[in-house]
Amino acid sequence: MKLTLKIWRQENANAKGKMVTYPIDGIEDDMSFLEMLDVLNEELIAKGDDPVEFDHDCREGICGACSLQINGEPHGPDRLVTTCQLHMRKFKDGDTIVIEPFRATAFPVIKDLIVDRSSFDRIQHAGGYISVNTSGNTIDANSIPVNKHDADDSFAAATCIGCGACVAACKNASAMLFTSAKVSQYALLPQGQVEAVERVENMVRQMDLEGFGNCTNTGACEIECPKGISLENIARMNREYLSATAKG
Amino acid sequence: MSAFKSNIPEGPLKDKWTQHKNDINLVNPANKRNIDVIVVGTGLAGGSAAATLAELGYNVKTFCYQDSPRRAHSIAAQGGINAAKNYQGDGDSNYRLFYDTVKGGDYRSREANVYRLAEVSANIIDQCVAQGVPFAREYGGLLDNRSFGGVLVSRTFYAKGQTGQQLLLGAYSAMNRQINRGKIKSYTRHEMMDVVLVDGKARGIIARNMVTGEIERHSAHAVVLASGGYGNVFFLSTNAMGCNVMAAWRAHRRGAYFANPCYTQIHPTCIPVTGDHQSKLTLMSESLRNDGRIWVPKKKEDAEAIRAGKLKPTQLKEEDRDYYLERRYPAFGNLVPRDVASRAAKERCDAGFGVNKTGEAVYLDFSSAIERYGKEKAYTSGHKNPSKEEIIKLGKEVVEAKYGNLFQMYEKIVDQNPYETPMMIYPAVHYTMGGLWVDYNLQTTIPGCYAVGEANFSDHGANRLGASALMQGLADGYFVLPYTIGDYLSKDIRTGKISTETPEFDAAEKDVKDRIARLMNASGQHSVDYYHKKLGKIMWNKCGMARNEQGLKEAIEEIAELRKDFWANVKVPGAAESKNAELEKAGRVADFLELGELFAKDALHRNESCGGHFREEYQTEEGEALRDDENFKYVAAWEYKGEPKEAQLHKEDLEFKNIELKTRSYK
Repeated sequence: MKLTLKIWRQENANAKGKMVTYPIDGIEDDMSFLEMLDVLNEELIAKGDDPVEFDHDCREGICGACSLQINGEPHGPDRLVTTCQLHMRKFKDGDTIVIEPFRATAFPVIKDLIVDRSSFDRIQHAGGYISVNTSGNTIDANSIPVNKHDADDSFAAATCIGCGACVAACKNASAMLFTSAKVSQYALLPQGQVEAVERVENMVRQMDLEGFGNCTNTGACEIECPKGISLENIARMNREYLSATAKG
Repeated sequence: MSAFKSNIPEGPLKDKWTQHKNDINLVNPANKRNIDVIVVGTGLAGGSAAATLAELGYNVKTFCYQDSPRRAHSIAAQGGINAAKNYQGDGDSNYRLFYDTVKGGDYRSREANVYRLAEVSANIIDQCVAQGVPFAREYGGLLDNRSFGGVLVSRTFYAKGQTGQQLLLGAYSAMNRQINRGKIKSYTRHEMMDVVLVDGKARGIIARNMVTGEIERHSAHAVVLASGGYGNVFFLSTNAMGCNVMAAWRAHRRGAYFANPCYTQIHPTCIPVTGDHQSKLTLMSESLRNDGRIWVPKKKEDAEAIRAGKLKPTQLKEEDRDYYLERRYPAFGNLVPRDVASRAAKERCDAGFGVNKTGEAVYLDFSSAIERYGKEKAYTSGHKNPSKEEIIKLGKEVVEAKYGNLFQMYEKIVDQNPYETPMMIYPAVHYTMGGLWVDYNLQTTIPGCYAVGEANFSDHGANRLGASALMQGLADGYFVLPYTIGDYLSKDIRTGKISTETPEFDAAEKDVKDRIARLMNASGQHSVDYYHKKLGKIMWNKCGMARNEQGLKEAIEEIAELRKDFWANVKVPGAAESKNAELEKAGRVADFLELGELFAKDALHRNESCGGHFREEYQTEEGEALRDDENFKYVAAWEYKGEPKEAQLHKEDLEFKNIELKTRSYK
């Protein structure tokens, strides 16, 4: 198929960016979106132009490296997939595709379509852990029984890949879905209860410091999340946060 | 150069590790604060090592090329992690895990290392649960298990099809705790370009800041390489796009021996290749072989009709299907080890029974599992006379709960519904058992340079069993290295900070800058991918699932030729002093072009078949691997001598005192 690509090009963090149009031909249904960009880049390199830079690594939807705002949607038109698993059969011959980086104050552009998501890491540093030593001298794993439903819900929250689609989808660029997924994973497990108060306070404080916006319950994050992380996590985090601040 | 000695402790197998821990030197807590350790790579091995070293009190610097430690490729491991917990009461023990691993590795691993791995395996599960890793549980609240290939017990712990993700996020959370305490400094989007030796000891690295292009010097008292495997030498593999051998290969060039490079795991259940545009291959977890049955048509004409699109697999009657693994290996059936399953798939496809357009695919079929689970579910929920439709519906729900994310992944890529029609799968490069040679302490032949996880060679012999990579990565990082490195560092308590303003750092930095300049200034004929794809084709055709003398000799010549062409004519656009993905790739491919040649040389010298290394000249009448214990019961450790083909062989003889050497049989 033949496509017209409109891609955000920006030399570096300080340069001014702009949209550039590239026609492309010979794209097959079986190609992934990123393989389509590989084809474009090979053409650009052959012509002596600089290839388009984008983040990617595992290309199987689990590392969370790939991003891209495709026709206005994080990870493009398909549901429950990352850009690397979006296939070209979702597009038609003759389509124009607009490709931009994830936009948020807390995600500054590094180059072209690459953004800096280290703000997510810093939220995790602030409390995304259980303070146990890794020496191995702990109690037997089966001495902490966990209700299967809680374990499953905890797992579901823990499948967040930290890609940032929730932030890119949100008109306020809020990181509530991301932060609440981590808070929920621990809040649902007995092991996580001990530090629950400090954890939610510290993570929310860091989230605010990074310049993410507030949540106004539009729910775009849940729809665009490639892993289907539920809004229930945000409600749970709000409860945790309220009770933590009430305890003072 | 440290002596090439395995340093396996004396004494009975089961006491070696305990005794060793008692015997080695420790560093007192006050002195640890004055010692720096660099960890390169933040996957399961690197992440867990960094967290534990920092917790012990060392000052740790971690380096990863990704934008966050959490994205290391351990995250993509699907099926599970083994541990000899014997929660199922099915006869598991440390000895049995040890035995299965040595046998699975086709008797080419070190007994003492593997026993230690089995010994600490149970601790890993305790540790991860304490950290909040949400493993799958049964209704009673206790941990669930499943089976993996090459074993007769259920010892695999899992978190749906995302076990690697959950374990890595666990290690990452332990890192975060130490980052928050200021004990780990995490450098992301940084690539290690070289290791720096001072007086023969590893004392630091040269790294490239991938955002600014700046070349940086970092010093430490010891350097730990946890940089993963080299499967991407094949271009197409299940590895992430960025996985590379640079850190390990740079260490090799500075004196670390590289062991058994030809031992590569070709995983039997991956989504088949569709075309030349393909950039990577996707694994379908081995856990699917718990419930999926592998088959091809019995008759060639049926296979041809399927390939031509005239026949659907679901139309083929039971008696017209060849469940070839169940036929050839009745004892283990669909759960034979990976090397055996891969070769059997290749054998059927080469014989003309392949089922996709390219003829390189076999079926993985869940219909009988759906029926079996459906019946059980109907019974336990009170339907004693369920209809066929009810059974199928319930069965699909059970299968979805077990493997939902894998089925979804398959559907997105292939555009077929695996609940309705069997999956198509074919073997693909997945893991490399070879790697930097290490002694019992996980130290390479460079003093102060350690290698953990997939980057070393130590535990899997010539073939790795499923769910053992996660176990080994975390065992090395949480429980082995933090002890053994103390013995080395105990001699450094008076050394003080290592300066980066020395002739050794000057020289190493100059080497790195010169190399980058050469890449930037080549004639510019072809892109980096052009060369990488060519290398991949040579590797797959001549060093892949089956190898022979002639092909390997050709591969050595062709790779050397391609490498020359690469350095003269590669095209790297842009500038070295900025973000430059093509330059990053070029540096990695340059090293693959050297490793590939050593790989072929190693495969050529090993005149036997064992595990993942199958030489066509050495097979039994039934087409099984034919080992030669008399002549090849050793680890091949290669010393760098300039051109890869000049590498010098050192042999570490493997002693089997606790396991009888036998022909591996899964029949």
